[in-house]
Amino acid sequence: MNKILEPFKRISWKYLINYIAVAVVGLLFTVLTFSSGLPQSTLFLLEKITMNIILVVSLSLVVGFLGELSLGHAGFMCVGAYIGGKVACILSESIDGDGIVSFLIALLVGAAVAGAFGFIIGLPALRLKGDYLAIVTLAFGEIVKTVFANSSEDTFGGSMGLRTPRFDKQYLFIIGFVLVLITLAVIQNLIRSKHGRAITAIRDNEIAARATGINVTKYKLIAFVISAIFAGVAGVFYSFANSTVKASVFDYNYSIDILIMVVIGGMGNISGAIISATAITYINTELQTLLTGGAAVYKDIIYALILIVIIIYNNASALKSFRERFNLKALLKKTKLFNKTRQGYADDEGKWDRVPTKIDMDELLSVDVNVVESIKNPDKEEM
Amino acid sequence: MDFIITLVNGLSMGGTYAMIALGYTMVYGIAKMLNFAHGDIIMIGGYAILVGLSVNPLLAVLFSMLFCMLLGVLIERVAYRPLRGSSPLAVLITAIGVSYLLQSIILAIPQFGADTHYVVIIKDLGSLQIGEVLIGYDTIITLAITIVVMVSLTLFIKFTKTGRAMIAVSEDRDAARLMGINVNFIITLTFAIGSVLAAVAGFCSLLDTPWLEPYYGSLPGIKAFAAAVIGGIGSIPGAMLGGILLGIVECLCNSVQEIAPYTIAIEFIILILILLVKPTGILGKKRREKV
Amino acid sequence: MAEYVLETKNLGISFGGLKAVQDVNLKIAKNEIYGLIGPNGAGKTTVFNMLTGVYQPTTGTFYLDGENLTGLSQEKINHKGIARTFQNIRLFNNMTVIRNVMVGLHNLPEFKCGVIPTILRLPKQYRTERAMVARAEEILDIFGLKELKNTLACNLPYGKQRKLEIARALSTSPKLLLLDEPAAGMNPQETAELMDTIRFVRDNFDMTILLIEHDMSLVQGICDNVTVLNFGTTLAQGKTDEALADPEVVKAYLGDDD
Repeated sequence: MNKILEPFKRISWKYLINYIAVAVVGLLFTVLTFSSGLPQSTLFLLEKITMNIILVVSLSLVVGFLGELSLGHAGFMCVGAYIGGKVACILSESIDGDGIVSFLIALLVGAAVAGAFGFIIGLPALRLKGDYLAIVTLAFGEIVKTVFANSSEDTFGGSMGLRTPRFDKQYLFIIGFVLVLITLAVIQNLIRSKHGRAITAIRDNEIAARATGINVTKYKLIAFVISAIFAGVAGVFYSFANSTVKASVFDYNYSIDILIMVVIGGMGNISGAIISATAITYINTELQTLLTGGAAVYKDIIYALILIVIIIYNNASALKSFRERFNLKALLKKTKLFNKTRQGYADDEGKWDRVPTKIDMDELLSVDVNVVESIKNPDKEEM
Repeated sequence: MDFIITLVNGLSMGGTYAMIALGYTMVYGIAKMLNFAHGDIIMIGGYAILVGLSVNPLLAVLFSMLFCMLLGVLIERVAYRPLRGSSPLAVLITAIGVSYLLQSIILAIPQFGADTHYVVIIKDLGSLQIGEVLIGYDTIITLAITIVVMVSLTLFIKFTKTGRAMIAVSEDRDAARLMGINVNFIITLTFAIGSVLAAVAGFCSLLDTPWLEPYYGSLPGIKAFAAAVIGGIGSIPGAMLGGILLGIVECLCNSVQEIAPYTIAIEFIILILILLVKPTGILGKKRREKV
Repeated sequence: MAEYVLETKNLGISFGGLKAVQDVNLKIAKNEIYGLIGPNGAGKTTVFNMLTGVYQPTTGTFYLDGENLTGLSQEKINHKGIARTFQNIRLFNNMTVIRNVMVGLHNLPEFKCGVIPTILRLPKQYRTERAMVARAEEILDIFGLKELKNTLACNLPYGKQRKLEIARALSTSPKLLLLDEPAAGMNPQETAELMDTIRFVRDNFDMTILLIEHDMSLVQGICDNVTVLNFGTTLAQGKTDEALADPEVVKAYLGDDD
C-alpha cells in the first residue's frame, strides 16, 4: 500500500498546478465550443494565448533557468512557421488536405528544423555570454526574417507571405491547449530533473559548475535547442491559425514582447510565465479594441515601466534590505497558516526571481587569457 | 565613377554609424553595459529636431543635442545606476525596457503617434559636382561633422584631465576611485557625451533618410552596435573604424541590385562571424574571467 | 597503480612571454596531505588552475594515477578525479545545500540517467533522484550539514559555506582534492576545526589532498610535505618542518636581513 502511495507523496504541486490550470481552462472552453459554440474572436484569442504561452515558457527555459538572454526567439518561431506551413502546403495537395495528420507531420518537421537551427546557432554562439549572445541571437532573428521575406514566390511566397492551408476548425485552440500541456511537460520535467539542476547550476555559477564536472556546453545547448524546438512548435501553430505567414510578423519586437512576458511573469517561474502570457495577450488583443485610441497606447508604457521596476526591484543592491523585509513568501510563512516545511523530497525553493549577481562584467568576454592582468598578478586574483 | 560615389556615400553613412557606435563603445567601456536604448535616443533626437524646426533649424539641432544629453543622463541616473554591480543580464533587460519605453512614449504622444513624419531640416540641399562625380551636400555635411566629432573626441580623451579619467575608469573602476576620480561623474559624463553624439547622428541620419517614425533608431542602433563590436567594443578608434567599414559594406551591397534586399542579413552575418572568430573585434582588448 | 596519485613534470605556464610558473615538480603519494605555500603572487593558484584545466600549461605534463591529464578540459579533468574548492567561495548560491551536493553527484556512473527518461519521467528518473538524495544526505551528514539541507547556500554562515564547498567537491568522488586557502578568513578555533575536517576527509574518504594555505599553523599541523613557491619557481620541497626551516624560504617570507 505504501509503495503505491509513494509517488503521490512526492507530488510537487508547484509544477502540477500548471497542468491542472491549463487542462481545466482548456476543457471548459472545449465544452463551451461544442455545446453553444464560441464566437470567432474568442477562438482567435484562445489560439493566440496558447501560442504565446508556448513561446514564453520555452524562452523562460533559456532566460530564467539558464540565465542567458536570447533575443532571437521570434526567429526560431519564424523558421517553424515557414517550414511547417510549407510542409502543410505540400501535404494538403497529396494526402488528407487540411486534416490532423498533415498538421502533425508539419508540426514535427517544423519543430525539428527550428531545433536544428537552434543547434547550428547555439553550438558556436554559446561560447559567447551575456550581451554578445543576445546580439548574436538578435542578428540571427533578423537574418532569418530577411531571408524568408526575400524568398521567391513559389518557395516561401516572398514578400507577399506564404499562403497556408488554414486549419479552419472550431477546435484548433484545443490542439493549442494540448501543445501547451506538452510544452509544460517537457520543460517542467527537464528543470525538475538532474539535468535541470545542472542548467541552474550553470546559471548560478558557471565557473563552479565547470569545476564540479558539469559539461557546460552540452547543457547550454540542450536548453537552447529545446527552447528553439518549442518556438518552432509555436510557429507551426501560428501557420495553422493564420492563412498567411509573413516574415515581418516575426521581428525583433516580437522577441522583446515575449521577453517582457517572461520577466513580468517572474524569471524562472513557470506559473508566472503562463499567467503573464495569458494576461498580456488578453490585454493586447481584447482591450485594444475596447480602449480605443488614447488609452490603448499607454499600455506599452506601463509594460515597459513594470519591466524596469521589476528588474530594479529584484536586483538593485540598494534595495536588498527592503526586499528582505517585504518578502511575500517570508510574510506568508510568518502567518503560521503556510508554515509547512516539506520533508523528504528535496525540492528546490530557490529564489529564481533574482538574476545571479556572481558573474562579473569582466567575465563576459571569456575568450582568452587576459595577458595584461595575468602579468600584473598571476596569483593574486580576487584577493 | 559610380564606385567612387558609392564609396563616398559609404563613408558618410559609415560616419553616422561611427558616431552612434562611439556612444555604444564609450558606455560599454566605462559603464560596462550594453545600452540597448542608445538607438532610441537617436529617434528621440529626431523628434526633438522636428519640434524645434518650427522655430529655426539651427536651434532645433542644438535643442535636440541638449534634450538628448539630459535624457541620457536621466536614464543612467534612474534606470542603470541602481543596478550597478548587478548581473549583466539584469542591466541588459532593463536597457531593453528603456528602449521599449522610449518608443512607447513617442507612440503615446498624439502629435507623433505611429505616423511617419517627413523631416526637412535644410531645404533643397543640392549636390556638389566635382568633374563627373556628383556628391550631395548632405553627404558632405555628414562627413565634415564626423571628422570634427572624431578629432575633437580623440583630443578630449587624450589631452584633458577628464578624458584621461575616463580611460582610467574604463581600465579599472576601483583603482580609479581610489585615485580620487569621481566615478559616478565620469559615468554620467559618458552617457551625456554618448547621447549628444546620438543626437548629432540623428541629425545626419535625417539629412539622408528624412522619414521619422517611432522605430527610426532601432535598426541603425543595432547596426551601430555591430559596428562597435566589429571594431572592438570598448575601443574608440575601433568604433570609428567599424562604423566606416559597415557603412561602406552597406553602400556597396545596396549598389548591387541582386544583393540589395539581403544587405541587413549580410551585415549581421559579418557581425556573427566576427563575434565567433574574434569576439574582441579588430582593435579590442582581451579579457579573461578570473578564477 | 602508479606510485604517486599526482605527479607533475616541469609544469609551467607563461602569459605573453612572462613565465608565471615554471618547472613545478610535485609528487604526491596516496593519502598524503600536501601543502603548496609561498608568498602572494608566487603562482600557487595558477598551479591549481593548470591542474584543473582552467589554464592550459605551456610546458610540462601532469599525471593522475599515472594517467596524463595535460590538456583536458575542466569537466574532463573533474571526471578523471581532480576536484577543487575556490579561494573565494563559489557555491550555487540560489540553490539549497542539498542541491549543491547533488550537482556534484551529477556525473557519477551510478546516477546516470539520460535526458529522455527524465523528460518522460520514467521510473528510472525517480530511482536515480531518490538515490542521489540519499547519497547527498549521507555526505551532508558527515559534514554536519544535514539539518541545513534545505537552506539556500548563500544563507549559510561563512565557515559552513567552506564546508559545503568541500562536501560538493568530494561528492564528485575525486582521487585528489585541491583546497585553495581553506582557512582564509577563519579564526583560530575555526581553523582548528577545519584541520580536523581535513584529516577526517583523508581518513574516511581515502583521499589525497593538495592545499594552498597561508596559515602556517595549519600547514605545520597537517601537511606531510610541502612545496614552497616564490615568483613561480620552486624554492624548497620536502618534509614540512625541513622545508620551512630552509634559509631560502625564511628569506622569501621575511625578506633579506640587510
